[in-house]
Amino acid sequence: MFGPLIVKPGSSRNNKTGSWRIESRPKFLQKNCIACNMCLLICPEACIDGLEKNTYHCDFDYCKGCGNCAAICPKKDIIMIKEEAKE
Amino acid sequence: MSKHLFTSGHTACSGCGQAMAARLVIDAAGPNTIVANSTGCLEVFSTKYPESAWEIPWVHSLFENSAAVASGIEAALIYLGKKDNINVIAQGGDGGSADIGLQAISGMLERGHDILYVCYDNEAYMNTGVQRSGLTPLETNTTTSPVGNNSSGNWRPKKPMPEIALAHGIPYVAIASVAFPQDLQRKVKKALSIKGPKYLQIHVPCPLGWRHEPSLTYQVAKLAVETGLYPLIEYENGVLSSRRQIKPLPVEEYLKPQGRFKHILNNPELLKKFQEVADNNIKKYNLKLENQAD
Amino acid sequence: MKEFLEGSLAVAEIVKLCKPGVISAYPITPQTHIVEELAQFVANGELGSQFVNVESEHSAASVVLGAVASGVRAYTATSSQGLFYMGEVLFNIAGMRLPLVMTCANRAISAPINIWNDQQDSVSLRDCGWAQFFAEDIQEAVDLHLIGYRLSEDKSVMLPVMVCMDGFALTHGIETVDLPTQEQVDKFLPAYQPLYKLDPADPMTLGALGDPEYYAEGRYAIQETFKETLGLIPKITAEFAEVFGRNYSGITEEYRTKDAERVIVAMGSVCGTIKEVIDELRVKGKKVGLLKIVSYRPFPAQAIYETLKNIPRVAVLDRALSLGSYAPLASEVKAVFFGKKKQPKVISSFIVGLGGRDITKDSIKEIFRLLVNKERSCEFIDLKPELLKENYE
Repeated sequence: MFGPLIVKPGSSRNNKTGSWRIESRPKFLQKNCIACNMCLLICPEACIDGLEKNTYHCDFDYCKGCGNCAAICPKKDIIMIKEEAKE
Repeated sequence: MSKHLFTSGHTACSGCGQAMAARLVIDAAGPNTIVANSTGCLEVFSTKYPESAWEIPWVHSLFENSAAVASGIEAALIYLGKKDNINVIAQGGDGGSADIGLQAISGMLERGHDILYVCYDNEAYMNTGVQRSGLTPLETNTTTSPVGNNSSGNWRPKKPMPEIALAHGIPYVAIASVAFPQDLQRKVKKALSIKGPKYLQIHVPCPLGWRHEPSLTYQVAKLAVETGLYPLIEYENGVLSSRRQIKPLPVEEYLKPQGRFKHILNNPELLKKFQEVADNNIKKYNLKLENQAD
Repeated sequence: MKEFLEGSLAVAEIVKLCKPGVISAYPITPQTHIVEELAQFVANGELGSQFVNVESEHSAASVVLGAVASGVRAYTATSSQGLFYMGEVLFNIAGMRLPLVMTCANRAISAPINIWNDQQDSVSLRDCGWAQFFAEDIQEAVDLHLIGYRLSEDKSVMLPVMVCMDGFALTHGIETVDLPTQEQVDKFLPAYQPLYKLDPADPMTLGALGDPEYYAEGRYAIQETFKETLGLIPKITAEFAEVFGRNYSGITEEYRTKDAERVIVAMGSVCGTIKEVIDELRVKGKKVGLLKIVSYRPFPAQAIYETLKNIPRVAVLDRALSLGSYAPLASEVKAVFFGKKKQPKVISSFIVGLGGRDITKDSIKEIFRLLVNKERSCEFIDLKPELLKENYE
């Protein structure tokens, strides 16, 4: 007989941590982005994706709203807006 | 969607430095990697049954033995003739590495296993509530080195873990920071290209334990490097092969955003001792950028 | 093939034939000869294992954990303080359902420090989720390692096995042993097939946090597996008998208990001495017998009940203490009979052979003499009162 033992890879994606946001979330302006990739690298939630200039965006299902992406962007192309803001 | 090997949905605090670093490390290592992880924040927030954020084979045993478990994995892979194609990483926090894990790490380094050990240094036992560890800096306020009438915080300097690793005569020792993610990943790739035991220590701010805003993780980590408090260096075969040079900022800049250093800012004597740590690093590793253009 | 050799070397021979991929151990008397011999086999090219000389027993157990988790058969050996040092890892290995065989050269526990044989070490860790088998002689010790791997790696079991052999008495004693051939071992013991393993080709997470919603079922599963194991062990020993010609139940052994009026219950090498005393007393018409416990975990409650239910007087020998309470084996044997209609009139508990104090034939005869209708609890045999004082001056 066996009990709980193994966990399947990547199963944490079932947990939509975007529900944690209460204060703010990032807005990707996609205007002056130079595709330096820093926002993608720094995000603790691995929820930023993008390839070419002005394509970077965030998966709000998982974003906890920490704001480090906005802090690291050298072009200030990411800003933090209120969570309740329409857009 | 970029395929990350440490994915979303984990329950780390918002702005967690260790979550940033853990993902950078495993993404740089690639899918042919097996990880042995110590007990700690990373293990707890990334593998709460039945959810795991890891996309690679990953094992957690106990607090102090990830280096020993990794040694067993490496030995098994050698026996199976598979070691050449598979990276083995052992990782843990500062407490799990420099304190309770020191014996197992030392043994692993001394035996010469082909393993990369990664120490995520957030400078205290964070998962159990911010208690002081061997890597807690001098004068830091933690729950077991609290500031009070008779104490100005932790009364011992950081244990020089990278130097201890270096003293084992291993081919690669490096210090990295979450504030310099590309440098961090370069160091991981460099380490994994070398056969033998490797040690990488990564500075990872903890918003909760360091008492700073979650949005400041990147900036606080950057300030640690820019003040000279956390030198980014590489040693290859015992020789210093790289250092990130800086235009040194005064340590106050680093202390200001963090509640754990609040008591130092208004105390010139404590501040002086704190600055000394930075100054000693700058001197030792020759960190000051020459011919600074302003 | 029959050989006259030291117990440790015989164990090293059988481990060699089981071909573990990774061996990792830390030296501690009296286990040292086993791992030294294995190191020599590896150095000579006779055994292709990876031999990892660790810096502590905690790491030795961790190394074999990592190796088995990677899909490779592994082996370690220890004793006494070393067993305790790896204590938390033992619980870990069992909880993760990783098969393993470890030799425990039973030795006393400090303080006072003592390198000689008693059973405090493995008995104190009876809760950890490892099967525990106690060998009477070197042949049995050798055979239990083989049976141990076969049981441990059975897909319905996947639990680690500790083969307990009395330190010095069996590790350093020299006896005639029938060692199997590689062909025989390969016939009996198939290659290790893990249920799961660390492999980039099929990634999985092992050792996750089990919160209150998930923890209990993991433990229940092990408890249930041990119950099933009691039924599986005789099947395995029957297979063993077919290949090697030696019969074991693997659970208990009855020696002249059928018509006995007094029976001793014991584990380990002392059983050899007890059998000799029984033969001597039987010649004199005394109806005495021995119930030898081989499998301490899983605890053979049913077998104990069947053997002892009609025996008037039973003496349980413990070579370990549960300080502050009843002796460990005695309290478990008594628990078998609570509430049962048939039970011995008296079950007395004796403590013998602590810290390597010799258990002589006279000691056993003394126990039979003390086995009267009045129950004795935790009675120390061969104690030296001259070494005791009421107050410390």
